[in-house]
Amino acid sequence: MSRKIRVLIAKPGLDGHDRGAKVIARALRDAGMEVIYTGIRQTPEQIVNAAIQEGVDIVGLSSLSGAHNNLFPKVVQILKEKGAEDILVLGGGIIPMEDIPDLKNAGIKEIFQPGTSTEDIIKYIQETIKLE
Amino acid sequence: MPKNIRNEFKRWEKNTLNKTISKSPEREPAFKTTSHIELKRLYTPLDVVNMDYCDELGFPGEFPFTRGVQPTMYRGRLWTMRQYAGFATPEETNKRYKYLLEHGQTGLSVAFDLPTQIGYDSDHPLSEGEVGKVGVAVDTLKDMEILFDGIPLDKVSTSMTINSTAAILLTMYIAVAEKQGVKTEVLQGTIQNDILKEYAARGTYIYPPLESMRIVTDIFAFCKDHVPRWNTISISGYHMREAGCTAVQEVAFTLSDGIAYVEAAIHAGLDVDSFASRLAFFFCCHNTFIEEIAKFRAARRLWAKIMKERFKAKRDESCMLRFHTQTAGCSLTAQQPDNNVVRVAFQALAAVLGGTQSLHTNSRDEAYSLPTEDSVRLALRTQQLIAYESGVTDVIDPFGGSFAVEALTDEIERKSMEYIEKIEAMGGAIKAIESGYIQGEIGESAYQYQKEIETKKRIIVGLNQFQSEEESLRDILRIKPDVEQYQKEKLAKVKKERNNVRVKKTLAVLKKTAQGTDNVVPPILEALKVYATLGEISDTLREVFGEYKER
Repeated sequence: MSRKIRVLIAKPGLDGHDRGAKVIARALRDAGMEVIYTGIRQTPEQIVNAAIQEGVDIVGLSSLSGAHNNLFPKVVQILKEKGAEDILVLGGGIIPMEDIPDLKNAGIKEIFQPGTSTEDIIKYIQETIKLE
Repeated sequence: MPKNIRNEFKRWEKNTLNKTISKSPEREPAFKTTSHIELKRLYTPLDVVNMDYCDELGFPGEFPFTRGVQPTMYRGRLWTMRQYAGFATPEETNKRYKYLLEHGQTGLSVAFDLPTQIGYDSDHPLSEGEVGKVGVAVDTLKDMEILFDGIPLDKVSTSMTINSTAAILLTMYIAVAEKQGVKTEVLQGTIQNDILKEYAARGTYIYPPLESMRIVTDIFAFCKDHVPRWNTISISGYHMREAGCTAVQEVAFTLSDGIAYVEAAIHAGLDVDSFASRLAFFFCCHNTFIEEIAKFRAARRLWAKIMKERFKAKRDESCMLRFHTQTAGCSLTAQQPDNNVVRVAFQALAAVLGGTQSLHTNSRDEAYSLPTEDSVRLALRTQQLIAYESGVTDVIDPFGGSFAVEALTDEIERKSMEYIEKIEAMGGAIKAIESGYIQGEIGESAYQYQKEIETKKRIIVGLNQFQSEEESLRDILRIKPDVEQYQKEKLAKVKKERNNVRVKKTLAVLKKTAQGTDNVVPPILEALKVYATLGEISDTLREVFGEYKER
């Protein structure tokens, strides 16, 4: 990878718990990626606009409020509508195991659950972007 | 002739200790608390040699309240067992409240969903997917009536975790009580109403800081006259701690916020002794047992001094830091959830030894979802086991006088004061939040903590050590997807059946009041009595106050 991987970390919906999003954003930066953190209370539209504007490779969505089944697929859908489906969407937060298959079917590439280390996320991104 | 402690200590270090250390060194080069306070291997009378018992510790129920805010503490009355609860519809949550009360809970604690907390009705576009998920959905007074159906409001005290929309939920509670025939002045409870920490760590703000502070002080004034037994605010450190700050930062940032609220109320014309005794606090209780006990004691003594010295409070009650505690959600893991039961037990015990007035214990499934009936029952039993079987309730401040605890209490007080002075030099908590200082400190601590876990400097049992192959929990609480539709239909019905002319009128009065300087609480009460919705009331205030945008 010659240029830096670009990541957008976003919090869709009304959930204001951003400890995880901020820690991951910083860890990715420390690992050499360019990271933009949107802040809380973003709509899927706002997230997609930011992702396209910033020319990111990956969008990481964080939700702890249980709204992931509504909001995560919407982000994927709007990316597609805007012709930006090459941007990978990852998710994390409080997401029950049972919801993961449907989220993946809806186009979210991977879901990271509580206890995941930033090391693992960094590795995953570096390996995934290499392949693409 | 009694031996000289200092000499004996030096002898012990040189001979006995040294002999052991040279053969087998200690596990770490240094042992530090979460606040980076280095723990001595041994505390002795030498560490408290300058302590003035009467001045610094005193007696329970007397300034500076280090040992507790009530003279008899749990010998007189146990802490309130108050489990934070709420999900889906008011009907469902009402059932859960009755379950908890049946099982021995002694106070109610209401969790509202995010739309309710942020001033959106269930049919607002931004509410999609969020209705009833993290708490109960309340759109109108009708929902509140259902929520407390069959629960006598003159017999229970209710804490409501609600901030930007606190005035609305408080007045809804008053209105429901009225319908039950219960007079406003006997109502007991709390509203969190701590908007500053919303900007710093929790995120359910609506309006900008100054306008929000106006609502907060309006609530203080309203309650002073109409709901004298109500705790008008629960100045919170819990959320900042959950966001990653240390124990010292938790005390410092919370008390700094407290200072800002007291200043705002005085600035709004209230006499400090007329409202200060109704301020309450809310802390986290994390894993580091001794540090947490010391933290609560330090917080009490520090606040008492601040109220007396800085704000010249004349009544002792104005200097009393009364607090609710919640065990640390962020310390619990998805891996090996049974471990969480043990963590919570230790944390709850530390809170009790720290003299909490009220306690919520988390459930084993904290990392998965809201608690099931079974898991919340065990969490409640944890409190009851401490209360009825451990015996710690039979002695007031039993860890008082421990050399380690007193030394740590002093250290935490000292370090917190350093932070408070730094924040005051910036112009106070509001400025410190607007500049991002507090958020930065919290974020830094959170990042360091995560690094410690990933480098195994900090062991989390079951997560980065002592892992085991296991299935994730299957039996977790799931919010049914039809909750949102149900609430929307109920809301539509209320809007159809109410007197819309009256609603418009009351909202117009509210708007005018908000634009002026009169108290906004009475017009809010009038509006919701005619079934104006929470969203409509919040939007009316949005028109006047605007919305806050995160930096």
